[in-house]
Amino acid sequence: MSAEVDKTETAEAGKPPRDTRALLREIAESNSLVVVLAVVASLIIGGFLIVLASPAVEEALGYFFARPADTFKAAWDAVSSAYSAMFRGAVWNYNGDTFAQQFRPITETLTMATPLIFAGLGLGMGFRAGLFNIGAQGQMMIGAMLGAYVGFAWNLPPVLHLIVAVTACALGGALWGFIPGILKARTGAHEVIVTIMLNYVAANLLGFALSKDAFQRPGSDNPQSPAVADSAAYPLILGDNYRLHLGFIVALLAAVGVWWLMERSTWGFRFRAVGANPNAARTAGMNVSIAIVGVMTIAGALAGLAGSAQILGTERSLTAGIAGSFGFDAITVALLGRSRPLGTVMAAILFGGLRAAGPALQVQAQLPIDIVLIIQSLIVLFIAAPPLVRFLFRLPAPSREKVVTA
Amino acid sequence: MTATAVEAPEAQPAAAVEKPLSWKMPLLLGSVGILSFIFFGLMTPGGGATTTFVLSRSGDLFTIPAFDVPSQPVAIALTLAATALAALSAWGVRNRRQFGVWLPSTVGLLVVLAVLVWAGAGKTATSIQITGLLIGTVVLAVPLVFGSLAGMLCERSGIINIAIEGQLLAGAFLAALVGGAVASATGSDAVGAYAGLIAAPLAGALVGAALTLFAVKYWVNQIVVGVVLNVLVVGLTNFFFGTLMKNNPELNRAIGLPDLPIPLLSKIPVLGPVLFDQNILVYSMYVIVAVLNVMLFRSRWGLRMRAVGEHPKAADTVGIKVNRTRVRNTILGGAVAGFGGAFFTVASGLAFNKEMTGGKGYIALAAMILGRWSPKGALAAALLFGFADSLREQFGIIGTAIPSQFLAMLPYLATIFAVAGLVGHVRPPAAEGIPYKK
Repeated sequence: MSAEVDKTETAEAGKPPRDTRALLREIAESNSLVVVLAVVASLIIGGFLIVLASPAVEEALGYFFARPADTFKAAWDAVSSAYSAMFRGAVWNYNGDTFAQQFRPITETLTMATPLIFAGLGLGMGFRAGLFNIGAQGQMMIGAMLGAYVGFAWNLPPVLHLIVAVTACALGGALWGFIPGILKARTGAHEVIVTIMLNYVAANLLGFALSKDAFQRPGSDNPQSPAVADSAAYPLILGDNYRLHLGFIVALLAAVGVWWLMERSTWGFRFRAVGANPNAARTAGMNVSIAIVGVMTIAGALAGLAGSAQILGTERSLTAGIAGSFGFDAITVALLGRSRPLGTVMAAILFGGLRAAGPALQVQAQLPIDIVLIIQSLIVLFIAAPPLVRFLFRLPAPSREKVVTA
Repeated sequence: MTATAVEAPEAQPAAAVEKPLSWKMPLLLGSVGILSFIFFGLMTPGGGATTTFVLSRSGDLFTIPAFDVPSQPVAIALTLAATALAALSAWGVRNRRQFGVWLPSTVGLLVVLAVLVWAGAGKTATSIQITGLLIGTVVLAVPLVFGSLAGMLCERSGIINIAIEGQLLAGAFLAALVGGAVASATGSDAVGAYAGLIAAPLAGALVGAALTLFAVKYWVNQIVVGVVLNVLVVGLTNFFFGTLMKNNPELNRAIGLPDLPIPLLSKIPVLGPVLFDQNILVYSMYVIVAVLNVMLFRSRWGLRMRAVGEHPKAADTVGIKVNRTRVRNTILGGAVAGFGGAFFTVASGLAFNKEMTGGKGYIALAAMILGRWSPKGALAAALLFGFADSLREQFGIIGTAIPSQFLAMLPYLATIFAVAGLVGHVRPPAAEGIPYKK
C-alpha cells in the first residue's frame, strides 16, 4: 500500500528525456539548486559578518578614501582566511605534515555528524507524523545518563556490554520521548511545550545525578562520572589516530532502518497518514493515539542513541554538558534534510563539518565559533523559503510551488 | 459585531445532558495535601523548634516585629487544612458544586507556607524573609511577563511566536550595546541605561519582523521559523559579543536603571518594597498588562486581533486586513518582548553575556499558555514561576534538604501538569500557525 503512494511521489523521475532548455529549466526550478544556493547565500552573509568583525578591515576603512583597494584586500583576506580555515578544519587539512593530520578533519566531521544523524532521524520522523519534537536534547541526556551508568557500573563481557549499554541509551531516550507522546495522545498536551519542559527537567535530573555518589568519579569533586569501561565503548573504526567510532556505522544503519520503516512498512504509512491528516487517518480506522506514542517513542530512542554516540563514543564520561547543543542542532538538521533519512544524513554531515570547523576558525582565524551558528540558521531559513532564494538569485518561479511545512 | 454575538451558538439546551464527573482536581489536591502532610507536617522537627518570619525592612513607615511560630504544630495545621480543602473539592465534585479558582490557589498557598515553616524550622541563625521572597518574585517575573505578553499578541492574531527567547536576547543585547555607547558618549550611566531601554524594543521588533516575513509572506511553518530565529539570535549576539564588545569594552559595561521609589507608597511594609520601589521597566510592566487587558477584550483593535486569530476568513469578509493585522501585531509583540529583554542587562545593572536569557523565553511561552492567552492570566502565571524561582534562591540561602535541582524543576513540571489538562482544558486561538492564503 505504501509502495503505491511512493510511486505517485516519484513518478516524475520516469518521464521521457527532454531537450537541454527544459533540463536547464528543471535544474533552475529544482529543490537541490535551492539547497545549494541557500548554502551559498548563507556563506555570503557570513562573509559580511566576518568582514564587519575584522580589525584589519576596520583599520583599512580609516583611510578608505586614500587607498580604497586596501579595504577590499583586507576584507578579502579576512573572508578567505576564515573560510579556508573552515575547510582545513572540516574537510582536508592541506597544511598538515602527515597524511594522518591531513585526513583527520574529515573523520572529525563524520564523528561530529554521528549524534546529529541519530537525533535528526528521530526528529524527522516526528515532523513527518506532524509532531514537532523539541525534546531531543533531554532525550539525549536521559539516554546518556542510563548508558553511562551501565557503561561504568556494570561488568559484562566485551560485546554484550556494548550492546546492553547502547540499549540502555535507547531505552532512556525512548522513555523521555514516550512521556510527551502519551500526554499528547491522552490529553492533547502540545508536544512543543511538553518537550521543552522535559528538556529542563532532564538537565536538572542530570545535574542531580552528577551530585550523587553513584555518578561521582572517585577522588574528584567535579560533577563528572567515572569513565565508561572499554568493553562498553564503541570501537574506533579507523584506528587510534582518529576519533571516528562504530557509532557512525550504526547511525547509517539506523538511517536505512528509518527509511524502511517510513517508506516500506505499514507502520510508516500510518505515521505519515497521521501527519498528513489525522482526521482522515482516524476515519480510515487507524489508531492515531498509538501512532503518536509510537513515533515519539521511536524518535526518543533515536535521540537516546545520539546520546550513546556521545557517552560511549567521543566523551566517555558523563558531564552536565554531555548533550552539547546536538539536540537543538538536530532540529535544524532534520529541517534541512527535509525529514528524509538520506537528506538528514547529508545535512548532518554538513553541520558536523561546520561544527568540526569551529576550533580551527577560532584558533587560526581568531573568529568566534558562533559564526557557525549564524550560517547554520541562515541555511535553514533560506531553505525553508525557496521563493526568497529564487528572488535573491533571480531564478524563474516554478510552475508548482511546494510549501514547506516542517 | 459584539462579543455576545460570537458566543451565541453555545446557547443550546444542554441541561438534560450531564457532564461526567471529573475527579482530576480532587485527586491532585488530595495527593498534594497528603504528601505535604507527610513530608512537611509530620517531618518538621518538633520539640519546641520555631520558625522565624521577618516582614518589615528598615525604613518602613511602621515596623511589624519579626515573629516566631512553633514549627511542627503550625506545619501540621497548614497541611491538614490543605487536605481538608481537597476533601471539600471532592465533596463539590460529588454534588456537582463548582468552586472557583480560589480553592486550588488556597491549597497551594497553604502548602507553600507549610514548606516555608518546614524549611526554617529550628534554624536560629536564619529567618524566612517574606519581603525578600516577594521582591524576588516580582523581579524574576518581569521578563516572563513581557515574554508571555509578546507571545499572546502574536498568537491571538494567529502567528505562533516561539522566537520569544530570541526577542528577549536581542533586546538584552541591544539595550547593553546602545546603553554602553550612550553612557560613554554622555558620561552619564543613567542616561545610557534609559537609552538602552528605548533601543531594546527595536531589536525585538526586528526579530518579530523576520518572523512575520517568513510566516506571512513565505508561509514557512511558524514553529520552524521561531526555533531557527532563536538560534540565529544566539549566534549573532554571541558573535558580536566576541568581536565588537570584546574589542570595545566600553560598549558592554554594567550600567543600571535607577530605582524610582514612589513617595509614601514605597514605605508601606511588605507591599512598598515589593511593588513601589522598582525601576521604570517594572512600572511599565504594570501599565502594559493593564492596558493590554482592557484593549484586548474591550477595544476594536483587540476584537480585530482576536477575529484574525480565530477565524481569518470571517474577519476578511467583514473587511479586516488579515495579513496586515498579523504583521503589525507580530512586530508589536516582538517589540514588547525586546523591551522585556532589557531586564537582563540595563534593568538589572548587568553587562551583556552569552545566552544570558537562559531559556526564559520558553518559560514565558509556558506562562502564556498557563495564563490562557490573556494578559492577566499571563501575569499570574509569570508571578507563579517567579515565585518558584525566588523560593529556590531563598532555600539556597537557608539551606534545605530538598536538592536545588528538584526545586528548579518545579516550574517545568507545573507547566507539564498544566498543559496536560490537570488545571483545565486550554484552547489556543483556532487559526494559529495557519498561514492565511486568499
